[in-house]
Amino acid sequence: MSLLATPRDAGYPAGPDQARQGPGRGIRRGEAVAGWLFTLPVLVILGVFLLVPVLMALWVSFSDWSGRGSPLSSGVGFVGFDNYAAVTTGGGLAERDFGIALRNNAWYVLLVVPLQTALALFLAVLVNRAVLRGRGIFRTAFYFPSVTSSVAITVLWLFLFSTSGVVNTVLARLGIAGPNWFNEPSGVLHNLLRVFGVQGGPDALTQHGFLGVTWWDWLAGPSVAMSAFVLMAIFTTSGTFMLLFIAGLQNITPEVEEAAMVDGANGWQRFWRITLPQLRPTLFTVLTLGLIGCWQVFDQIYTGTQGGPGKTTLTPAYLSYQSAFLSQEWGQGAAIAFILFVIIVLLTILQRFVLRESPDVPRKARRAAAQRARRRAAAAAAAAAPDATPDSGRTSPTEDPR
Amino acid sequence: MTRPISRRLAGAGAFLVAGALTLTACGGSGFEDTADAPSAGAEELTSSDDALSVLIGSSGDAETDAVTEAVAAWSEESGVEAEVQVASDLPQQLSQGFAAGTPADLFYLAPEAIAGYADNGSLQPYGDLLANKDDFYPSLVENFTVDDTFYCAPKDFSTLGLVINTQLWEDAGLTDADIPTTWDELADVAKTLTTDDQVGLSFGAEYQRVGTFMAQAGGGLVVDGEPVANSEGSVEGLTYVQSHLEDGTFAYAADLGAGWGGEALGKELAAMVIEGNWVTGALTNDFPDVEYTVAELPAGPAGPGTLQFTNCWGMAADSPNQEAALSLVEHLTSTEQQLAFSEAFGPMPSIESAAADWTSANPDLTAFLDGAAYAQFPPNWAGATDVITDLNAQLESLKTGDAQAILDTAQSNLEAIAE
Repeated sequence: MSLLATPRDAGYPAGPDQARQGPGRGIRRGEAVAGWLFTLPVLVILGVFLLVPVLMALWVSFSDWSGRGSPLSSGVGFVGFDNYAAVTTGGGLAERDFGIALRNNAWYVLLVVPLQTALALFLAVLVNRAVLRGRGIFRTAFYFPSVTSSVAITVLWLFLFSTSGVVNTVLARLGIAGPNWFNEPSGVLHNLLRVFGVQGGPDALTQHGFLGVTWWDWLAGPSVAMSAFVLMAIFTTSGTFMLLFIAGLQNITPEVEEAAMVDGANGWQRFWRITLPQLRPTLFTVLTLGLIGCWQVFDQIYTGTQGGPGKTTLTPAYLSYQSAFLSQEWGQGAAIAFILFVIIVLLTILQRFVLRESPDVPRKARRAAAQRARRRAAAAAAAAAPDATPDSGRTSPTEDPR
Repeated sequence: MTRPISRRLAGAGAFLVAGALTLTACGGSGFEDTADAPSAGAEELTSSDDALSVLIGSSGDAETDAVTEAVAAWSEESGVEAEVQVASDLPQQLSQGFAAGTPADLFYLAPEAIAGYADNGSLQPYGDLLANKDDFYPSLVENFTVDDTFYCAPKDFSTLGLVINTQLWEDAGLTDADIPTTWDELADVAKTLTTDDQVGLSFGAEYQRVGTFMAQAGGGLVVDGEPVANSEGSVEGLTYVQSHLEDGTFAYAADLGAGWGGEALGKELAAMVIEGNWVTGALTNDFPDVEYTVAELPAGPAGPGTLQFTNCWGMAADSPNQEAALSLVEHLTSTEQQLAFSEAFGPMPSIESAAADWTSANPDLTAFLDGAAYAQFPPNWAGATDVITDLNAQLESLKTGDAQAILDTAQSNLEAIAE
């Protein structure tokens, strides 16, 4: 969760690529060899400790390896997609556990990612203000949870949210009887419906389901215990992402904002129309890192609840560990890990698609209008000048050719 | 990404794979090892001068020190070096050791893990070679028997009993004569003992406690090798628990804000709890002022019932010095040594010849040992852990749940792994 990355890491071109002239020419001949030589140690280390284990795990997910000796030994057989089938269509406990884990984690992602991003952005805008006194202190304070070990914070959380813990004491002062947080398996949405007198779901939802979990249970919402983890994730990660947003904010030149001020835009308008669009690369980074981190949530579960109560904090990452190390189902554990990998990749691609750098509609309309005006002027002048847009660096294929 | 870069990247990737594979090929003999498992039942033990490593999952310093001392004493006598390691996460470290081909020679092994390790040939079955084989309680031997092979020596065991807070008991005007022996009497005293500050009876929200009621009603999870999770007795047991969870005279420890029964008893959140031998050590350490009495669990409609918990001394099939390991196990399970362990950290000796001595040393705890005569134990089939975890997850909401439905799920899960 504490990955730090600059917006550039998120796949955005950092400007013209200087090294594109090709190796072995002119004065720079030989640099490529030196380059390879210097990067070799890292490549080898990454290969041995990352790539090879990942490939071996991939093999394990397709094999019947029982956990003894090497998975590459002759006694281990290829079983095709059997392990994947067991957790996705097996109809047994393995499938239901996987379904429950996915359900739990989906709710976790759905809540944590938007909330932590919004909070991080909010904090960043606050502490980025030049007028704020002692903003260094605030920055440190907000960032502090991010550098604290997740195990320590989990332990802290277990204390805070215990039956007679601080949180419940505060709630009691307000006249609210707090739940037994980490021992309450009921889903918050179901609880909400119960307030309105809805006890069970309609047959359409309770009789059918996906991955061994009924639709009604998919819609249960995060359990009370999982909600405590959601709060914890927001608390610990928004500091990290705040830092990224601050970096993004400081990259924005003040002139644009000043221009908007001259045009009479108020604070809200400047934030939504000037600042936020320029933060898009940072936003992409934050959402991607958040998405990945949330789908891989493990240490909080391992040190906190081990999947309980009622399996409502079971996550695919923890289930993968549990299947392999505790239940000796190594193939299924590896299969879960790779399904998780595919889910993360697909969601990242989807996110990239949604946030892709395309001219938003008003700007497009503006630009088209400008072009039309220019063309009319050009036609009037009977000049055959080529149609060059002012921002020649970024011609968009979606531009109106009329 | 422009084309030249992606091409270069592809080249780098290929180079990386090739390089890494070459490296592992010359460096990692581990990848070339074959996992030829000696077939279960192979009775040839290996012998060498290698030192032994013993991996334990310790309950605390008392246990660690006791085991370390016992192993050191054996080491001195036999001349074979042996080292005790305390695992922070035993199942994980065992799995790691087996996968890497370098397991500890001897280790604590839980019955629910035995089938999985036995199936993949990680374990050396040595039960029949033990000199004191006939001294172990038969139900414990059964606990560690897979496919008719007695795998490993039970190291000790515990059963569940009714632990009563003496002070609260007397405050409610109850005497020794009121100690419940039937379900009805249990319900009565639980009602008497329930006040605004405490419940009558508490226990963990898990099969490992609630299962006693299933056993007392003639059910259980697996009886005589048959899954009986949704049998009439099991349902009756759960229904009894459910009705008293509803009327508030029973409560799960977690619902009282306690981590487990012992804590609920110590904090006087409950007047009675269902716990095992380990409660004595915990109460002495954490709540030295709490006085308690241990009674046998009351009998249900089908008679008395409790659960037993045990671990064995597992031996690795890959151990190079199994003969020495066997001798160490015999030392560790001897009458004298087991009584010493019992004194140090509480469990009961797994051998019948130590029973009389144990009883005279622990006159207040005999109820635990008496339970051994009729105790059930959780199934030790491969995959049983998952089934019990799933059952426990559902038992947490037993109060509002459907006992029959919960047990039907458990039954179908058990049938899926039945041997």
